[in-house]
Amino acid sequence: MIYFDNSATTRPYANVLQSFQEVSQRYYGNPSSIHRFGFEAEKLLRKAHEQAASILNVEASEVVFTSGGTEGNNMAIKGIALAHQNKGKHIITTTIEHPSVLEACKSLEEIGFDVTYLPVDKTGIVNVDELEAALRDDTILVSVMHVNNEVGSIQPIEKIAKLIKHRKKTFFHVDHVQGFGKVPLTLIDSGIDLCTISGHKIHGLKGTGLLYIRNSVHLFSLFDGGAQQNNYRSGTENVAGIVSLVKAMRIINEKQKNNKNYLNELNKLMRKSLNDLPHIHFNTIENQAPHILNFSIPGYKPEVIIHALGERDIFISTKSACSSKKPDESAVLRAMDMSTEIAKSGLRVSFSYENTHEEVELFCRSLRKVTKQLSLVMG
Amino acid sequence: MSFFTKGNKTTKFSNGVETMLYDHILIRYGELSLKGKNRKKFIFQLHENVRTKLKQYPAVKIHNARDRMTIMLNGQAPDPILDACQSIFGIQSLSLAIKVENDENKIKEAALAALTDHKAGTTFKITTRRADKSFPIGSQEFNHVVGSHLLRNTEEYTVDVHHPDVEIHIDIRTQATYITSKRIKGAAGLPVGSAGKTALLLSGGIDSPVAGYLMMRRGVRLEVIHFHSPPFTSEAAKQKVIDLAKQLTYYGNQIKVHVVPFATLQQKIHKNIPHGYSMTVMRRMMLKISEKIAERENILSITTGESLGQVASQTMQSMHAINDVTNYPVLRPLVSMDKEEIIRIAKEIKTYDISIRPHEDCCTVFVPKAPKTKPKLDKVKYFESLINMEDDIQNMMNNIETIMLTEDSEANDFEALF
Repeated sequence: MIYFDNSATTRPYANVLQSFQEVSQRYYGNPSSIHRFGFEAEKLLRKAHEQAASILNVEASEVVFTSGGTEGNNMAIKGIALAHQNKGKHIITTTIEHPSVLEACKSLEEIGFDVTYLPVDKTGIVNVDELEAALRDDTILVSVMHVNNEVGSIQPIEKIAKLIKHRKKTFFHVDHVQGFGKVPLTLIDSGIDLCTISGHKIHGLKGTGLLYIRNSVHLFSLFDGGAQQNNYRSGTENVAGIVSLVKAMRIINEKQKNNKNYLNELNKLMRKSLNDLPHIHFNTIENQAPHILNFSIPGYKPEVIIHALGERDIFISTKSACSSKKPDESAVLRAMDMSTEIAKSGLRVSFSYENTHEEVELFCRSLRKVTKQLSLVMG
Repeated sequence: MSFFTKGNKTTKFSNGVETMLYDHILIRYGELSLKGKNRKKFIFQLHENVRTKLKQYPAVKIHNARDRMTIMLNGQAPDPILDACQSIFGIQSLSLAIKVENDENKIKEAALAALTDHKAGTTFKITTRRADKSFPIGSQEFNHVVGSHLLRNTEEYTVDVHHPDVEIHIDIRTQATYITSKRIKGAAGLPVGSAGKTALLLSGGIDSPVAGYLMMRRGVRLEVIHFHSPPFTSEAAKQKVIDLAKQLTYYGNQIKVHVVPFATLQQKIHKNIPHGYSMTVMRRMMLKISEKIAERENILSITTGESLGQVASQTMQSMHAINDVTNYPVLRPLVSMDKEEIIRIAKEIKTYDISIRPHEDCCTVFVPKAPKTKPKLDKVKYFESLINMEDDIQNMMNNIETIMLTEDSEANDFEALF
């Protein structure tokens, strides 16, 4: 099997599963219980906070564990909006965000918030000057993803952060779900107030993730209850999931450090090998996120290619599921001003550190065969 | 860098400076320079402390000289090293430095690089120190020579000798010239270990860790004594003390923690001593036991986090009555401090968040409703004479649990899970 859909989800590392199992069996106490067994779980939880903080180079109190990217994004966006609405009701985001950002913003529009959706250029990158021009006195939140999940374009987070850093009323949230472990991002002193990370995109388990909340940033909490996690998120902590998440973060961080160029090599190799495929159009420009390559082969229904490859045990994807109103075209590619033909035929390959050069070569050969066969039928 | 190091976050010193330009860190000794005879010992201790602190960076090398220490980075990024060194007592200031030969052109080149990399402003000043008198140009003249060179090769900069944004120091020594453009304040004080050991009574509250920190700043190594009263105090309360001591290792590398099982004696006191006096007697026994531990461990003083007038046990009369049990110096570095001041330091050294964890300590379990704020020594002695506590004390001494903590030791066995 060749698994090239790592931006959808990843295979959990064996060590991650092992940690999960061990914690579930040995430290199942409730961290809030005052007996010794509960205290053990609390100790472990505290350790997890410290470890996660040390990986992100932030303070332990700035880490809130969540159930994943969707929760992190909702918690950040709605949390800021509801807590700071007396200072303003304007939010800025982009048209290529993940649905958990876009839909959270739409929900807020329904209750009276004003949202600016900034366009992106042909390369899928938002324009910083346009963002600056969109800032208003009542802008309380800017939310921009670091790496786009469909085309892998890297947004100019540092520049945007600089713009916002000195604005007292405006918070900056970054959806770092696709970027973590592949494209470095500095949190401390950067001007970023909130940052979402998800576990299952980095070989952790589904249902795990974290939100970085810069110290002293106040959020309206979406979950009320037993005041766990500094009252940001009530609910008995998923200690096993949390520990396994931190393990996954540590492993992927090490891989990133030790194999700096590896994903890039795979990406370049594939780009080069597919370059002469008839009609191919690369939607990802060069030097973007190393683990994503998006391309279109107009004239072929992408679902058919996906299924044909699937028969050969090769797994890639089309656009991210459910992100478009028009069911058969990619909203992200549309936002990049691609033609309907291109937007309808986008295919996404996404790598992990576990993939190999051989797999890339085999994939390219298979794709050639598949398109050739299909062209007899469809072309 | 290992992922399992301290949770203390790295601060950015570089201010946008391209720090790879720098290949050295200069460390200037603090009060060390004044200590005449003991100076060798102090420098040796400081060297040891720096070496231990930087153990996890095998590439860096440390060199001592008479009035400064040099850390050669050998490719290691300077920020984490600067960070780590800022917690070491005995360092007055640190600077990132470029080392060049004693050659006019090379010095000019390096000064220019230091200036343009330092994005702090548009005015500068050159200060040359010429320890190597064989260098052909005098300090004053050389300031001028280098200054002109910088002006010729930049556009936005001007000279301001009174309030410069950037001050570039050129230090011409016999072997080499060091160029630095920024001075970072060190932790000052004296190197931990150069002034002996003290036994710190650590309860888990906000004050005692601060007292320990201040003693370390005067070069004293800590051994911690904690009174543990299970089941009246929980495992969590003990862990809190261990975590506090662990946090203090950031400044003192290694700290021994002695956990004294106190419950039996505490109950005896509670049962037999009139409640107004039980607090005083309890404190006296704690001090007595601490003295015994100090004697056993060759420690010459006892340190507490007491501050005058804070609570009943910390009035002048109370201190007098409690102190009576020992001839050892009882050091109280917080004695004159306000609570706000203590809290500010506790937050700075990151013990505050640990201290405010909601776990009871041994002093709060049997709190009498109305402790005497002005206990009389003769009465205290009379009440104590009615019960035998010597056997209990001996028993406690035999059952002390001792834990050795170092900065990189794991306080628990969870490591494999992460």
